[in-house]
Amino acid sequence: MTTPRTPSTQPRTPGGAGSGSRAAVLARVRAALRDVPATERPEDVPVSRDYRRSHLDDDPARRLAVLHENLVDYRASVHPATPGAVAATVARLLAERGSASCVVPPGLPEEWLAELGDGVEVLRDDPAGRPLGAERLDAVDAVLTGCAVAVAETGTIVLDASAGQGRRVLTLIPDHHVCVVRADQVVASVPQALAVLDPTRPLTWISGPSATSDIELDRVEGVHGPRRLDVILVHADGDAPPAP
Amino acid sequence: MRVGLFLTCVNDTLYPGTGRATVRLLERLGVEVDFPAAQTCCGQMHYNTGYRHDAEPLARRYADTFADYDAIVVPSGSCAAMVRDNYPRLGRRARDEGRGEALAAHLDPVVPKTYELSEFLLDVLGVTDVGAYFPHRVTYHPTCHSSRMLGVGDRPLRLLRAVRGLTLLELPEKEQCCGFGGTFALKNPDVSAAMGTDKARHTIATGAEVLCAADNSCLMHIGGTLNRQRAGVRVMHLAEILASTESEPADPSSAPAAAGARAAGAPCAPAADCAPAAACAPASTTARGGSR
Amino acid sequence: MPAFPTFPKAAREATGNAQLRHNLRKATGTIRGKRAAVVAELDDWAELRRAGKQIKERTLRHLDTYLEQVEAAVIAAGGTVHWAADAAEANRIVTDLVRATGERDVIKVKSMATQEIGLNEALAEAGITAYETDLAELIVQLGDDRPSHILVPAIHRNRSEVREIFRDRMGEWGRPAPDDLTDEPADLAAAARRHLRERFLSSKVAISGANFLVAETGTAVVVESEGNGRMCLTLPETLISVVGIEKIVPTWADLEVFLQLLPRSSTGERMNPYTSTWTGTTAADGAGDGPGTFHLVLLDNGRTDTLADTVGRQALRCIRCSACLNVCPVYERAGGHAYGSVYPGPIGAILTPQLRGTADPLDASLPYASSLCGACYEVCPVAIDIPEVLVHLRERVVQGDAEHPRAKGHLAERVAMRAARTLLDSPRLLGAAQRAGIATRRLHPGRLPGPGAAWTDTRDLPQFPDESFRDWWARRSAAGEGAPAAPAAPARPTPEAGQTPEAGNAPASGDTPSTTPTSAPEERK
Repeated sequence: MTTPRTPSTQPRTPGGAGSGSRAAVLARVRAALRDVPATERPEDVPVSRDYRRSHLDDDPARRLAVLHENLVDYRASVHPATPGAVAATVARLLAERGSASCVVPPGLPEEWLAELGDGVEVLRDDPAGRPLGAERLDAVDAVLTGCAVAVAETGTIVLDASAGQGRRVLTLIPDHHVCVVRADQVVASVPQALAVLDPTRPLTWISGPSATSDIELDRVEGVHGPRRLDVILVHADGDAPPAP
Repeated sequence: MRVGLFLTCVNDTLYPGTGRATVRLLERLGVEVDFPAAQTCCGQMHYNTGYRHDAEPLARRYADTFADYDAIVVPSGSCAAMVRDNYPRLGRRARDEGRGEALAAHLDPVVPKTYELSEFLLDVLGVTDVGAYFPHRVTYHPTCHSSRMLGVGDRPLRLLRAVRGLTLLELPEKEQCCGFGGTFALKNPDVSAAMGTDKARHTIATGAEVLCAADNSCLMHIGGTLNRQRAGVRVMHLAEILASTESEPADPSSAPAAAGARAAGAPCAPAADCAPAAACAPASTTARGGSR
Repeated sequence: MPAFPTFPKAAREATGNAQLRHNLRKATGTIRGKRAAVVAELDDWAELRRAGKQIKERTLRHLDTYLEQVEAAVIAAGGTVHWAADAAEANRIVTDLVRATGERDVIKVKSMATQEIGLNEALAEAGITAYETDLAELIVQLGDDRPSHILVPAIHRNRSEVREIFRDRMGEWGRPAPDDLTDEPADLAAAARRHLRERFLSSKVAISGANFLVAETGTAVVVESEGNGRMCLTLPETLISVVGIEKIVPTWADLEVFLQLLPRSSTGERMNPYTSTWTGTTAADGAGDGPGTFHLVLLDNGRTDTLADTVGRQALRCIRCSACLNVCPVYERAGGHAYGSVYPGPIGAILTPQLRGTADPLDASLPYASSLCGACYEVCPVAIDIPEVLVHLRERVVQGDAEHPRAKGHLAERVAMRAARTLLDSPRLLGAAQRAGIATRRLHPGRLPGPGAAWTDTRDLPQFPDESFRDWWARRSAAGEGAPAAPAAPARPTPEAGQTPEAGNAPASGDTPSTTPTSAPEERK
């Protein structure tokens, strides 16, 4: 077969808003791919999937410990707790950080708020009725959410904007994010996380607080997102708390 | 086993001592090695500079010259890599240009039997201790083409560690290119020189007497830089160190360095491959350029 | 097109800039170490790398199919899709879209595609101000500078330079920097946070690129660190994403490969702080989460030319991680500006001449901006054989082909190369040349004139030996095998095995450290 080159004779700017150069670009793509046999289907191009589904064994305790370790490595604070101790931990963290107001999404377990003192103002976001505006959120100290899944190997929590997690803006503007992660939400790896997530939902993957490496490639925490990330890692009563 | 030595045009012309050392080493190890006179150049300079079609006759010559040998030993990582990595590409590109399978068929047979020296010693002969003796402080620069294209790995280091008397010193940032890069040294002289200067600085920092590598072209560049700086560090090809024995010791000061390297006062060691009167005297009396 | 000097010229200036050399060495050294550590954590890195390469290969070989698929998916999810053949068309589309909103200000997520097409400048001509929100892009924008790195566009600046830029220029663009601003990175980051916060909260239009575009779902993915991306993707009413057509991956599950390869290769992290994915608009489902209007602009701008070259095509696998820049010894010394393009470093040296062609002398000089050391290929997470493409593009420059006229110049080189080929293709001529070189060696100057000065300015030339190897071998063979003769002198008697080395030579014991066998520099006169 000869060199599959195609002269760049296709007009590049047929103009027109909206669809623009759709036909021209597609024609150029097809001309460029003259070396690809017409009978070849995408799945005929081999892709080896012999990489690991996970780099951890199946031990749930180990998974929690690795998550803990990796979250801490990227400057999140991790607080192991039993289910009964979540409310007290939430209250303690807000107090410790001096967070006097806290926004919560719809669908958040009420019991997590049970021990908040009178000094903490709780704002409830109501997307369908009265969603909180960005300016209002900018005046809120903290946000409390659950999560969809957490990834041990990378120290990542993923929010999918469903019940107990809320709109993306909630975890973006307040400077302090408290996230409750149940042990059964922790997967080992990125492949395992993607498998349980719904791509049609807006997803936010969070690995530690906001950070930048833009100055001398030195990582510093705290730019535009929450500068403080507290993760409450909930393990069943009787199980040993995860320790890195 | 018929073993052919492909010395490379650079070594043949400028570094014959590396060729003599390779022959001496292989013969000491019981290998009968031949140097077919029809050999010239692997074509790397042409290929890497964008003259692929001009590299083709040279590649064909290589394939013809070494067709009947069972193994081809090349004391140059970069030229061995040209054969192993790029000859198959020459064939593929010819095919893409509608010239059929002829070039690939011509070149393919010599590709798998081409070995860089350290590969030949370890993988074909199965020796690590070649019986060498070289009581000097040596640091090793893994040249890019030997380590990245060929993947010789730690073979040269294993060979050097087995040399009696040799002190092997770790070269800082050893994986960084020295900046030679063939015509790169001429087309981008400032970057090339900056890279060479850094390599020279790291070399000097080791306190080694000798910088060793498997490519004389890289050593020409680093050695030329060291020499210009009067650093007092010599460069030697791996083969020359491995060829050195108690009875026929190689002396770093007689290493084929850059022009002016053997400045007045440098002792000229009576190694077997160095003819004192002819080899050393002219250089020492004509020390030129920046070494003055 | 680019009015920049050729690479060697620009690099000459850069290599003489000690501050720049220091900044680059420190930054690339830091990131190299971090990358190596997190890559080493995964024992299946080679398998992930192969899968990444193969998924991109599959995408590129069937790009028309995937483009139509992603278009359909985005429209189904409530988005609008535009096609731009080149930079001018993309800029026109985006400008029209912004104008339609009635806004004069837009906020931007760092995006290589929009830099490539010069979108900010095009918007400015239309009276629209684009505010860069990535910290490094902010530094570049405030400093009237050009980006010099794909990931860290202000890598050429150190912390004290950044402080100066913030103090001098922030006030012109919005909230000024505090008076007591220090050069601590944390302090500088905080200043950027305060400077941009009001802008985020008030902007109605955002422009982004995307790291990946999933064909089967229409999902766009933005990988970032600071949260400025989240701000832009979440707060405004209108989001316009300009995405190169090569950014597609076929399936949602394919992200499992790239979300492992990219952060580890790029910032040397197990995972970057924030990754956002969105599929069309979510306003449709009543959640009110994020922009109610989403425009996807699919950009060609030379990508189909690149696709048409079966060797050069692999450059389109690039996921813009910049690992190749961070390991490149040429980049480390020349800096990003020398590449005269938004794509510096090894990937830029193969991408720019393909996207823009090689008619401009700068673009024609880029394929030579490499010693072919291969460090870039070694770290590339999608296994782009950059040296292979560099050599291929050099051929295009000196020789041209059916679609690419050869670049100007190179005549003398072509002649020299042909002469060298003739010489090297003949052992007889080679031998004669060697003997001529040896015979005249006393006359060889130590410093060469003309192009040869490029070598001898900093390096000594090699000395011609007394005799070429081939002549030595011929004499040796004539004298009989196994009787090696020293060149041009009587053969030395060979000491017998086990004999003590001659006096004055090496120490007898291998354990004894030898004295330096070379003459010390000061001894040479």
